[in-house]
This record gives sequence, structure tokens and C-alpha cells, in this order.
Amino acid sequence: MKYEDFKDNEYIEQLVAELNASGTNVVVGKLDDLINWGRANSLWPLCFGTSCCAIEFMCLGAARYDMARFGFEVARNSPRQADYIMVQGTIVHRMAPVLRRLYEQLAEPKYVIACGGCAVSGGPFKDSYCVLPGVDKILPVDVYIPGCPPRPEAMFYGLMQLQRKIKVEKFFGGANRQEKIKKFFEEHPEMKGTM
Amino acid sequence: MATIQERISQLCPSATFEEGENLLVNVPDGDWHALAKNLKEDSELNYDLLSAVVGMDWKDSLGCIYYFTRTSDWSMLTVKVATTDRENPMLHSISDLWGVANFQEREVYDFYGIKFINHPDMRRMFLRNDWVGFPLRKDYDANPELNPIRLNDEINEDDTYSIVEKEDGSLVKEDKKIFGADEYVVNIGPQHPSTHGVMRFRTSVDGEYVKKVDVVSGYIHRGIEKLCEGYTYPQTLHFPDRMDYMSAHQNRHCLCMCIEKALGIEVPRRAQVIRVMMDELMRISSHLLSYGCTTMDMGATTAFFYGFREREMVLDIFEKTCGARMSMHYNVIGGVVKDLHPDFVKDVKALCAIMPERLKEYHKLYTGNIIAQKRMKGVGVLDKESAINYCVTGPSGRASGFSCDCRKKHPYSIYSELDFEEVVDKDAHGDSFTRYLLRLKEIEQSVKILEQLVDNIPDGDICAKVPKIVKLPVGRWYQQVEASRGIFGVYIESDGDKKPYRMHFQSPCFNLVGVMDKCCVGYMIADLITIGATLDFVIPDIDR
Repeated sequence: MKYEDFKDNEYIEQLVAELNASGTNVVVGKLDDLINWGRANSLWPLCFGTSCCAIEFMCLGAARYDMARFGFEVARNSPRQADYIMVQGTIVHRMAPVLRRLYEQLAEPKYVIACGGCAVSGGPFKDSYCVLPGVDKILPVDVYIPGCPPRPEAMFYGLMQLQRKIKVEKFFGGANRQEKIKKFFEEHPEMKGTM
Repeated sequence: MATIQERISQLCPSATFEEGENLLVNVPDGDWHALAKNLKEDSELNYDLLSAVVGMDWKDSLGCIYYFTRTSDWSMLTVKVATTDRENPMLHSISDLWGVANFQEREVYDFYGIKFINHPDMRRMFLRNDWVGFPLRKDYDANPELNPIRLNDEINEDDTYSIVEKEDGSLVKEDKKIFGADEYVVNIGPQHPSTHGVMRFRTSVDGEYVKKVDVVSGYIHRGIEKLCEGYTYPQTLHFPDRMDYMSAHQNRHCLCMCIEKALGIEVPRRAQVIRVMMDELMRISSHLLSYGCTTMDMGATTAFFYGFREREMVLDIFEKTCGARMSMHYNVIGGVVKDLHPDFVKDVKALCAIMPERLKEYHKLYTGNIIAQKRMKGVGVLDKESAINYCVTGPSGRASGFSCDCRKKHPYSIYSELDFEEVVDKDAHGDSFTRYLLRLKEIEQSVKILEQLVDNIPDGDICAKVPKIVKLPVGRWYQQVEASRGIFGVYIESDGDKKPYRMHFQSPCFNLVGVMDKCCVGYMIADLITIGATLDFVIPDIDR
């Protein structure tokens, strides 16, 4: 995809600036590009649909929208084989430990997409006694896709943003995201000791 | 023949009566179980279907409202049982008489803390077993410090208890285990692709054969009923769309009808026709999804693509008129929110024209397949008696020979004028194959309804005049519709405010999952997936 078409994401622009601040080694940089090109075009999702968004995700997999065009089609049912988790639907108190464990079972480097209003912020159920106001309370989220449910096109847009993010990462150094998880725990001290 | 009221007061002299939408019987708890037995077994009463159990908190007392239906003439009866003890409320269980009451009473226990005497398994249904408080009580403490987000697993999930009444009337608490120490338990879910959502089955197996299925629900319990109590009536309308998202139009239609019934609003003819057409389109889309998922669960990925191809046509129709592919929010109190898109008639005609051909294609592709037949025929049999006892309605109930189409039994909107058949399996096979086939036959009937209406959409208003602030008079109302998966009911109790005092949604899928144990026992563990797929439950509808 062309850079001009996606020049609307300040976060990624900032990320690129940060990564390029200290310059890149020519050999490692080229190798990074190659590996990231491969990673970005073979993103395997973990099927994790709890409600309506999951049905739209199925439409994404069916013939009309066909996510195989972008390399997303290998939807895995085991977290050990997946690259990212796409949280589709409301997460409630009973589900929270399950989701957390699934995230921990994903192999590094791993990513989280919060898909739909419920996963982003709790959506229409925000005021409920047992709904998490957004999955970012328990997981570090990379991409937010708003909508209730998001259209398949919106899901593609979100997934492509993740591809962009992966493409600018430094696989040798930056992509191993232990640091990011450490940072998440610094921001959410109450979650410590749960891992 | 004595009237129902006379007969009940003859059998239970302590009962008092209230007139209302249906006859309401007030029974003290002491006489409740004896009366319930008579309600079911007495030849003059014979209320064999328990349609709904609604837990209630009237501030001075806690209790339940039961809705019974007699399948011979589909008349309804309401029973109210209450207790004033708020510290340790107890009522007698009727789960030994109606199988469906087992899960329904556990739901009431979860929400209100009412313990049911002689209930076999008093666990929480939806909330974590370490949850503090009973959320639907009016004095519930919503302090998040009491119930923080816990990231540890639930402990002691094998433990349960029941309160047993001895012969001398004393009550004894008996601790129990769900599974014995020598049973081999396989956990399926909650994150499993073939449970159609986040349902969890703890399955005890003997080799490959299922011995017992323990349903653990609540992984998507969003507390919709409590949320509704905090919103005005028009605000509550967006919840039914998100419960069973594959019956969004029907569910919302039901809630709108219940509010309209309470307000006495006459819906314009044009809106009625549009609503019915949308309901039937929704049913087609739901059954197509069900076809796709069932086939995919059995490994036929190609068939899934075929089902979704036609489903996209329906979604396009929705999108043009309602502005969304899912969560349409189309019905409003008094009618519908926007007029039809100019292409609507053309698109519906195109769909109706194409469907018979496509259905043939589905059969050719999958129904005749020998593997499909072997995996579905004679598997997961649910007999008619159990279907009634567990209140299994919709296509799954009709596959067991239980004639339960709400469009025929309690005709609402304009269904009484329409010419369509209720598809019931006359031989009452009740197996997976019949359930699967019946859904495809229902698509034909839905197409037939659409064909009748598409050229006869009358002109006129699309919405009746509705007061700006909707306030329901004091009272209680119950409305049922035929959703894609069975009879969906809405119960509203109003104290005259602009917010409901209590709103309860009686979801068909909750009853469907209640028969999983009954259907799966004795079959192979691989059949559990096909049985679940053909019962076709939607998890957010179960958990609400």
C-alpha cells in the first residue's frame, strides 16, 4: 500500500521518528525490512469472538470480503499458533482471567486489537456491574477499531494499521516487546502479580 | 367445566387472584409446590409449558413471577410467589416438575439470592462464584471495590449444594459435587471455535462417550436487565439488538410491541408490514448463518461460503434501509425509524427469486452428503415430551414435533392474515439432521411471506404519534414473538415512571442450552459439536 494513503496516523509517524532517531545499521536494517515484510503479510489471528463483532469477522473470512487477500485468513484456534489476538466483543468479569491467560499464551512478538465499541471502552454496556470498560484495562492494546460492530472495511483498516506498525518496527531489538509489557505494568500497578 | 379461577381456588384455597393481561394467581410459598403439581397434572388445568420465570424485587418482598402456557389452546396463566424474608429468602423449587425451571431458578438465585428448596444444584448461573451481592436487588451495592476485576481463576467450581426439605419440614443444606472423583472430565470452552461463542461445557466422558455435560455460562453476561432499569424506555431499545444479534429485528419488535401494548398505541399498517418483512429477512439471514456454521463445524468450509454469499444479499437490504449491516436499530416505539429505501422492493424480489435455486444448491452440496448424514441422522435425539418440559421452542422444538410457532399460536402484528405453513416434523425425529433440515425449510416459508408482502406494502405513516416522554402506566406486561431461534419474551413491570421497574428478557437460547446434557448423553464427544451447532444457540442471548 502507498504511504500517502495511510498518512493519517500520528502515532505511527511518531513511532517511525523515534525508531529512526539513532539511525539504523544498513545490514540489520535491510534484514529488518525483509522480516517485517514477511511478518506483516502473514498475520495469523486468534479467533476470539464473544459477540456480534465475531459475526462480522466471519463475513471478513467469507468470499465477499476475503481477508486472505491480505494474509489474515489463517485464523487459529490455539493461541500458541497465532500472532495477534483480535478481541471481538464485550469482556466481562468472568471472562477477564481467560482472556488474560490466552494473551499470555501467545508467542512473542504479539499484538492485541480491540475490535468494536465493547472492547474499546465497554460500549453500550459500560455502566454494567460486570463489564470491563475496555480491554486495555488488562491488556496492552495496539490497535483500536471503533464501531458497533465495525464494518468489515473498518476491520481491514485496523488490520492494515497493524501491518504498518509491524513494518516500521525493528525486529532485532524493538519488536521483542517485553519492555512494552513492563511499561504496561508500571502504568497499571494493580495488575502486578497476576502474571 | 369450572373456570380456571374456580378450579385453582378449589385446589388451593389460600390462592388469591388479580385480573390483568392474564389471570394472576397469588400463592403463598407453603402451598406453591402442591399447586404447581396440580397445574401441570390436573386434567382441567394442564399447563404443561413453563414459558418464563421472572425474579422480582418489590422492595418489601422478593419473589418470582411464573408464566405458564397450556399447549392445547396456548392460553397463559401467571403465578406470583413471594417471600418477605430479605436476609435468607427461600421458595420452593418446581424444577422437579418442569425441567426448564432448573436453569431459570438458578438465574433467579444469581440475581436475587432467592434459594430454592429441593433444587438439585444451587450454583450461580452467570456471575463468578466469588461475586459479592445479588446485582438485581434494588439495594445492591455497586461499589467496584467489592467486586474488582479479578484475574485469578474461580476456585471450587465443582462444589454445589442443595437445600433439602425433610419429611418433618426441617431444611437441611447438603453439599454436593458436580462430578464424582472417578469421573474423567474434559473441558470444552469458553474459547473454542465450535461452541459458537464463549460457552463452556465441562463434559464427563467414558472413552469417547459423553456421560454428563455441565453447562457453565456467564462468559458474556453483560447485565442487560439491570442496565434497563437505569434507562428510559426509548434508551432500552438498543439492547435487544445486541442479545441475539441474529434475531435483532424480531427481538426489538417484541420490546416495541410490549411498550406499545402498555401505552395502547396503534401501529400504522405500513409500519406493521415493514416490520414483518424485516423480521422474515432476519430469519432468512439467521438460518443461512446457521447453515454455514453447522456445515463448517463438520468440516465443510465450502458450504459456509455458499451460505454467506446469500446472507450478504440480506445484509445489503438491511444496510440500504437501516444504515447498518448488524445492530440495525430499526424498530422504534410506534413504528419504524425511517422509511424504506427506494431499492427495497427490487432487492427483496431479487432475493426471493434467487432463494429457491440456492436452497437446491445447498441440498446438493451438503444435505445428501453421506458423511453429513451419518454424523447427523439419529444423533442428539430430543423427544417431544422433553422439548415441552424444557420449553425448547423454535426450529429445534419443531424438529421434535412440538408445534410451537408463536406466529401461529399467538398471532401478532399481521401474521394472522398471511398464508404460510408452520414447519413441524410430523414424525418427531428430533435429531440433528431434522433440526438442520427444518431451518432450510423455514427459509422457504419466509420467502413465501416476503413474496406475499413485497407488492402489497401500503402507503401511509411509518410511525404512530408517540408522546415525547414515554411513561408506562402502573402494571405488568408480557409479550412474545417468534425469533429466529424460538419464542422470545419481554416482561415489563412499571411503577408509572419513565424508566422500567423491571425488564426481563426470556431468551429462547437459554432453554436450548438447558437440553445440552439431555441431548448429548450417550453420544460421542464429537457429536457434542454437531448437536450444539444444530440446536443453534447464540451465547449473548443466553447470558444477556
